[in-house]
Amino acid sequence: MTTVSLNNLVKSYGDTQVLHGINLDIQSGEFVVLVGPSGCGKSTTLRMIAGLEEISAGDIRIGGDVVNDMEPKERNIAMVFQNYAIYPHMTVRKNIGFGLRTSKLSKDEKDARINEVSGILELTDLLDRKPNQLSGGQRQRVAIGRAMVRDPAAFLFDEPLSNLDAQLRTQMRLEIKKLHQRVGNTIIFVTHDQVEAMTMADRIVIMKDGHIQQVGTPFEVFYEPANIFVAQFIGAPSMNMLNGIVKGETIALDNGTSVQVPTTKLSENQQVAVGLRPDALLVQEGEGLFSGEVSVIEPLGTDTLAYVKVGEKEVIAKASGRTPPAVGDTVNLHAAPEAIHLFDAHTGEAIR
Amino acid sequence: MAFSDTLNTSKSASSLRSSARRKRSQAQFIRWLLLFAGGIAMIMPIIFMLSTSFKYPFEVYNLNLIPEEPTIENYTYVLEDGRFFGWFTNSLFIATITTICNVLFDSLVGYVLCKYTFPGRYIIFIAILSTLMIPTEMLVIPWYLMSSTFGWLDTYWGIMFPGLMTAFGTFLMKQFFETVPDDFLEAARIDGLNELQIWWTVAMPLVRPALAALAIFVFLGNWTAFIWPLIVTNSQEMYTLPVGLTTFSVEAQVEWELIMTGAAISTIPTLIVFLVFQRYIIRGVVMAGLKG
Repeated sequence: MTTVSLNNLVKSYGDTQVLHGINLDIQSGEFVVLVGPSGCGKSTTLRMIAGLEEISAGDIRIGGDVVNDMEPKERNIAMVFQNYAIYPHMTVRKNIGFGLRTSKLSKDEKDARINEVSGILELTDLLDRKPNQLSGGQRQRVAIGRAMVRDPAAFLFDEPLSNLDAQLRTQMRLEIKKLHQRVGNTIIFVTHDQVEAMTMADRIVIMKDGHIQQVGTPFEVFYEPANIFVAQFIGAPSMNMLNGIVKGETIALDNGTSVQVPTTKLSENQQVAVGLRPDALLVQEGEGLFSGEVSVIEPLGTDTLAYVKVGEKEVIAKASGRTPPAVGDTVNLHAAPEAIHLFDAHTGEAIR
Repeated sequence: MAFSDTLNTSKSASSLRSSARRKRSQAQFIRWLLLFAGGIAMIMPIIFMLSTSFKYPFEVYNLNLIPEEPTIENYTYVLEDGRFFGWFTNSLFIATITTICNVLFDSLVGYVLCKYTFPGRYIIFIAILSTLMIPTEMLVIPWYLMSSTFGWLDTYWGIMFPGLMTAFGTFLMKQFFETVPDDFLEAARIDGLNELQIWWTVAMPLVRPALAALAIFVFLGNWTAFIWPLIVTNSQEMYTLPVGLTTFSVEAQVEWELIMTGAAISTIPTLIVFLVFQRYIIRGVVMAGLKG
């Protein structure tokens, strides 16, 4: 187990800078997920940690040592790739044992290590099969096994679940989480799926355009988003965002309504964005925050998502799954004051 | 009324279907006919070669396919001629060494050009490709001058050196390495293999069909090579099989039955190589075509 630190990490391709000074400290044994939309620099960051990309500026420390000029093999890390990268011409046993090729262990020790890892990953019965005889989930386990067998200081996962179907992805998510609880190694996991990030991470690093937007626990990034991007990226469906202007004790919203909020940190006529998560905006009886006409409903079982037209804007609210509103109904939307998020309309930063 | 309409519609649909079927079968017939004609054109020279090898000299110019008096004397003569065995081993040695070198060097260069980024990579690749456009006849002069300068005339090295690496092979291998995902190589890099080990242990097994196809191309090409071995060799001991077979043509006459016998024997190794690796050669040609 080991710590990983990124200090002012910069990556440029020619004149184009894609990472703009990334700073991140990952604790020993921590499960950190880098998440963000395509092109945000999360995979580039991971590949730089692995040593597969040159570092343009800044430094990377693994276990306290600067590894900028070290070859990937000298960094004592293991990586699991999106496409598994298990060798089709080798059996499962050879694939798992491949990471030990350059090890000085005896053959018996290597075999024992392979057997131990395949036991943990429930691959014992598949050791003599070739990858084309395995399912997607089994292939992914082989890829993880090849990473585990070397007992590396840290595991790097580059979108390893993207090629799996939804059901298998959920299952593998759980397996990787269990595996982390069992082996306790430091894990850096890259994904574009915020559900994966929320469900697996000890801490989430949200990235956009080569910048870190926020680092925090799943709870923090969900309930205390640092800015509008994080607020809208984390959580599905996205947070409702309404622009408004501070008028006395209230914020006049651009949908023609207004909300009352504690405005101690706000100044008169300040332009703000008011954020409300769909699951905090409830369709209920009685006068609420807004009222509007239901344009679409999406039944989800326990709950129903209602798309409600409030003034010129459409917001998503949560309604009962058993007695959902009908399209065309006029409904009242309620939200607790603490569920309202405020952001500066110009900088996008949260106002707390 | 409605019923008869339905009936008419169904009749016209069925006639359309049968007309389409007829057209399809006609097209198929033409396709088979063309393939048959092509097949005959390909196989006739081989049949004539075999037929002539079993004929006496007086019957050679009689174009019947089945000899009137079949004989194996030609085979006995050719095989008992000590020179034939020497030419055969020369050809086998040269074709084998050249094939091994091509498989190694072409794949190494193709791999580097495909998987590494370095200044001038594109220019080097274009330069290699452009050599494909120069006909062998033009290259023979500089090859000869080189051989003469370095004392390679009438040596194995002299025969082999122009073909130890080919632009076509490099191109073929580069195209195949494009199909190997970089993740495989990066995974091996993280697992601690050096670049040469990655090429040999990971990349090469993944392009095995291409290697087999290349090996067949090179082996066949060198086995049947004629012009350059003819020019670079002087002594009969250094002749390759195709060159050696020409010695059966003497000033007064061409001993076709012996030439055909030698040619028939010389097809055996190529036939074996082809039969063993034919699925690879087809896959290799198809993939080279697709990627090219």
